Amino acid sequence: MRYNERELLFLARQPAEKAAEILMRLPKKGSGLKKRLVKLVVNFLFYFRTNEAEPIGALLLEHCRIIKEEGNVFSISFVEEPERKYCFECDSEEQCEEWIEALKRASYEFMRRCLIFYRNEIQKMTGKDPLEQYGISEEARFQLGAQKP
Amino acid sequence: MKLNEKSVAHYATCDSPADHVGFLRKRVERHHHHTHHHHASSYQRRWFVLKGNLLFYFEEKESREPMGLVVLEGCTVELCEAAEEFAFAIRFDDAGARAYVLVADGQAAMEAWVKALSRASFDYMRLVVRELEKQLEEASKTLAACNKSPWRSSSSGRKRHLSNPALLPLQEKPAILENGYSTWGSGGIPEGAACPDHDGGYTKPPPLPPRRRSAASNATGSPAPSLFSAMPESPVSPETACFSKLHSWYGQEIEVLRREWQERQKRGHP
Repeated sequence: MRYNERELLFLARQPAEKAAEILMRLPKKGSGLKKRLVKLVVNFLFYFRTNEAEPIGALLLEHCRIIKEEGNVFSISFVEEPERKYCFECDSEEQCEEWIEALKRASYEFMRRCLIFYRNEIQKMTGKDPLEQYGISEEARFQLGAQKP
Repeated sequence: MKLNEKSVAHYATCDSPADHVGFLRKRVERHHHHTHHHHASSYQRRWFVLKGNLLFYFEEKESREPMGLVVLEGCTVELCEAAEEFAFAIRFDDAGARAYVLVADGQAAMEAWVKALSRASFDYMRLVVRELEKQLEEASKTLAACNKSPWRSSSSGRKRHLSNPALLPLQEKPAILENGYSTWGSGGIPEGAACPDHDGGYTKPPPLPPRRRSAASNATGSPAPSLFSAMPESPVSPETACFSKLHSWYGQEIEVLRREWQERQKRGHP
């Protein structure tokens, strides 16, 4: 699959929502824990070798599962292959929990669910669709009915 | 740079709803060795699927895997002066990046695509979510003030204290929540001291949009050993620190109300 790698590299240089040096293990068999700079930008998690300017990899954070594992570790896996886990070992439980929270909220789909929820609640409370004033009520991305569980 | 392509492809083809789909002709980009080389542009018709901030294209509508992906961050969408009618371009802030020139079937299709793509960025969605979150808080306050809230189970006609408008909705709570908020002070907004902490017995607050990035940004790309925190822990003004807790507090109430609403829906009540 082709993709605009140059744009992704550009994105990796943008201000991060969150960044830290964390020990990371790839799902590949026999992979060891390696210290990486991990950087969250929009719905992508980039990982760099420490002191390198270009990331070695990127993870799109859609349809993924973030799980707290034992010992200050969290894992990211994707719905179509739940056993294939990217593992991250944090310095503390606090750091681990912060990352889990941040990553759970980092997907576009998550934001979409928030928006639909708020829209619906506001509509219930005020009887008005809050998106109307912006002229975006009909946008597919904001539709209540379109969402699947 | 590696990308979790398999998962990305899965996201493209799974049945989560797309934000826009349709056929577009995509200009084939050739390498120009000389600045004034004139090649007749050729276009290939592809099936495009927009999901979130990702634009996928497939060789054919029935293709089971995407042929390509355009990440729609740091870009603008404009009508362009191509030889083709109904052409528009996706151009990137990254100066040297090449643009994607796409051609729609007609005026309406072109306008729909330009609109959909212009609003595809993560930041745009985040902006709208923040705005609605604000509006929801305001709507909650207004409703509380008017004592018209439909979810009040105890209709006691208690008087509302209007001395501190910001505190207003927090003093009157549905009966179901009252025992959880005994720690809330009755004065003005406390300087961080009396803000209720998350009670262990309550479910998580509803989703909060990700916070704005902290001031220390990583624009150069060279990895910095310091931590960038999503939630500013630094002692900003007490009002701000307290607001985020206030915010979370609202969130808990909303979560409970939402569950109640869902239960009512299940029981068939409007």
